[in-house]
Amino acid sequence: MLDILRADWLYLLVGQYPEGPLGGLALTLLLAALSLALALPLGIALAVGRIAPVRPLRLAVGGLIWVVRGTPLILVIFWAYFLVPLLLKRPVPVVVTATGAFVVFTGAYLAEIIRAGVQALPPGQWEAAQSLGLTRAQVLRRVVLPQALRNMVPSLVNQFVTLTKDTSLAFIVGLGELSYVASKINDRTLVHPAEIFLLVGATYFVICFALTQFARHLEHRLQWGQRQG
Amino acid sequence: MLGSSILGQGRYREWLLQGLLTTLELSACAALLALALGLALFLLRAAPNRLPRLAATAVVEFIRNTPLLVQIFFWYFGASEFLPEAVSRWLSDHGFEFIAATLALSVYTAAFVAEDLRSGLRAIPREQMEAARACGLSFLQSMRRVVLPQAAAHALPALVSQALNLTKNSSMAMTIGVAELTYQTRQIESYSFRSFEAFGAATLLYLAISLAIGALGNRLERRSWARPSHA
Repeated sequence: MLDILRADWLYLLVGQYPEGPLGGLALTLLLAALSLALALPLGIALAVGRIAPVRPLRLAVGGLIWVVRGTPLILVIFWAYFLVPLLLKRPVPVVVTATGAFVVFTGAYLAEIIRAGVQALPPGQWEAAQSLGLTRAQVLRRVVLPQALRNMVPSLVNQFVTLTKDTSLAFIVGLGELSYVASKINDRTLVHPAEIFLLVGATYFVICFALTQFARHLEHRLQWGQRQG
Repeated sequence: MLGSSILGQGRYREWLLQGLLTTLELSACAALLALALGLALFLLRAAPNRLPRLAATAVVEFIRNTPLLVQIFFWYFGASEFLPEAVSRWLSDHGFEFIAATLALSVYTAAFVAEDLRSGLRAIPREQMEAARACGLSFLQSMRRVVLPQAAAHALPALVSQALNLTKNSSMAMTIGVAELTYQTRQIESYSFRSFEAFGAATLLYLAISLAIGALGNRLERRSWARPSHA
């Protein structure tokens, strides 16, 4: 395992960068962070649509979320691979298609988390804010969403962990993130496949486990804060 | 919809149906194995001794915090390192991709099953186990006769959603060449260039499977043994 590390540590960390495109672990984390950042506004928009007072909108958004959540991520990536260039009417680099797929997929999951967070707030919040003369949109923006999102921070960290693991699927469109780099090293050497994938698995584990523990810690603090009033 | 499309006849329909069948086979095999493995991991984590508890926790955490794709590659490419060459060769002639995918999927899902059972266990008052032990039952007997049936009832909805995840995750088996639904869809797409129809059909089939599993789960949850008692 040390041989692999000695020979390929830089390749595993950043891919072919700076001679080629950024890859490896750096790309994995970048993809996950970028996708989460873009998925959050989408998730909020979908969650708002899902609880909107307009029934057709509610049904349409609910249906969309249900379809995306019921489809395997690989298939979503294939859809993006086919649809994104069609919509933009020009060829698109795979990093864009892959990010698009992760954003839509994660957005649908976030929407359900946000909706649950909004609906978990006591109805008195709505009533109080509306009786002060705020419109529905103002209540959402100024009162409900800030509280719901604050309670959601642990879920967001967990979603980042899920995304970090999910970005490995960008492998199938040939994007050079960590899993792709690992399989390239495996194709080249073919001597120690178990060690290579164990090493890469351990890399994912260190990051994801640390973040999962961090999310648990945040959750405890949040509960403690709420108990204090 | 399929009647008027290229997927309605000939080899494309054949491929699509074969893919669907393989997805169902793979998911069913992995689900049974995951349930058994998950139960074992759960029992080890609930064991009275410290050592098995720690070992099982480490295994569960490692599996849950590693991408399934890497685990599939580990089993598929790595197994040849541990097996004698004759066995490896025989396996690769006899559809080893399917075996490796089943193994990877069931180990991965087992970690989540163990976690769900553990959450179910938390809903059961500790006194139940203590009372059972005080009546002279062993740890395993108390689990089997008293605690586990109740914990499983609480965990049932979570277990159903693991079955849904498992079916969706089985699509990753295409990366090592298992000809399941997503693999066959990709195949149809590259032969026919009808991307929209091919991906559309696959999406509809996955949604249909989800609906079927959801309906099955609802029926199970209505059975008397599956209704959590709150006494």
